[in-house]
Amino acid sequence: MTKKEIFFNATFKDNSIWRQILGICSALAVTNLMLNSLIMGLGVIFTLAMANMTISLIRNWTPRSVRMMLQVLIIASYVIIVDIFLKANMPQISKQLGPYVGLIITNCILMGRAEAFASKNKVLDSLIDGIGTGIGYTLVLLLISLVRELFGFGSVFGFRVFGDWWTDWSIMVMAPSAFFILAMLIWIVNTYYYKVKA
Amino acid sequence: MDISAFVLFWAAIFTGNILLTYFLGMCSYLSVSREIESAFGLGVAVFFVLVVTTALNWVVYHYILVPFGIVYLQYIVFIIVIAAFVQFLELLIERYTPALYYSLGIFLPLITVNCAILGVSLFMIIRNYNFIQSIAFGAGSGIGWLLAILMLAGIRRKLKEKMVPAGLRGAGISLIITGIMALGFIGFSGIVQIQ
Repeated sequence: MTKKEIFFNATFKDNSIWRQILGICSALAVTNLMLNSLIMGLGVIFTLAMANMTISLIRNWTPRSVRMMLQVLIIASYVIIVDIFLKANMPQISKQLGPYVGLIITNCILMGRAEAFASKNKVLDSLIDGIGTGIGYTLVLLLISLVRELFGFGSVFGFRVFGDWWTDWSIMVMAPSAFFILAMLIWIVNTYYYKVKA
Repeated sequence: MDISAFVLFWAAIFTGNILLTYFLGMCSYLSVSREIESAFGLGVAVFFVLVVTTALNWVVYHYILVPFGIVYLQYIVFIIVIAAFVQFLELLIERYTPALYYSLGIFLPLITVNCAILGVSLFMIIRNYNFIQSIAFGAGSGIGWLLAILMLAGIRRKLKEKMVPAGLRGAGISLIITGIMALGFIGFSGIVQIQ
């Protein structure tokens, strides 16, 4: 596989959310506002890229029996960096994201990529795969939050789009809408992109 | 935080369900809900691990991390505590009750990376619960999660012989069912409020 193929496979064809159904927790929880989604996505891109790279770097010296534990610890170290950075520079957003930044550690995407890709491939390829997967994840998050913020608050990235005539749909801010919108997205992608037939 | 543990326990099951309102533990919820027996097995294991690790993490946080000023290490320490406890539980069950090991043991490795476990520990720190409140919150969350996965497994069994659009099969329809369940649980929200 060329570098370009690795990147686009990770971003679209094998997209972690709509294809592999991984990392759903945070995809649903932080998507009530687009800004939160973007920050969360950037955090995941950073953690995925760095963790993938590190795990790939030490893959030849890692004993099989302890590799899972080692992977979790590497991921956790990078998540701590993201968390401290957010607390110091964007305390407001850090508070809104709450435990979900820390929960990047148990995000199945990270363990999944570490196990399926980084522990078998070269360093540069793993880095590209990490960035690609992260961007794919961020795009889906932004898509879901675009719908939720637009109808829930009448705004995009905090800027008002609809005028005073708009009545906010409070259902879009609540939990159930996240499930429905993600289900619709998976339905559309399955039908028009993968062309799944009965 | 000045809520009685009893209220917190019920609130964690109904008004603030860990899965239906906080979206935690979705991965194993979607993948292990095909059969009721395995859903029940995983749910019980999650409940048990949640209660014990929440208590352990509370003790570790307040008696080790805070006095030594290394609170920023909480993520690493919490995940180590959870992984170590799950490993220990696996050995214990395998040694003493092989029958239980074969029905429950296969789910144990899944639990370490179930975000509900780490999530409850982090919520407990953020919301500043005391020891009793934390145990009640952990137990309530565990039962809430068990309830959610059992309901989904029951509905999915009925759904097997129904016509579902091809693109929605599997994860799609499960998410829609979960959304409807979440809508139903909003009906409880007037009873107690916790944040």
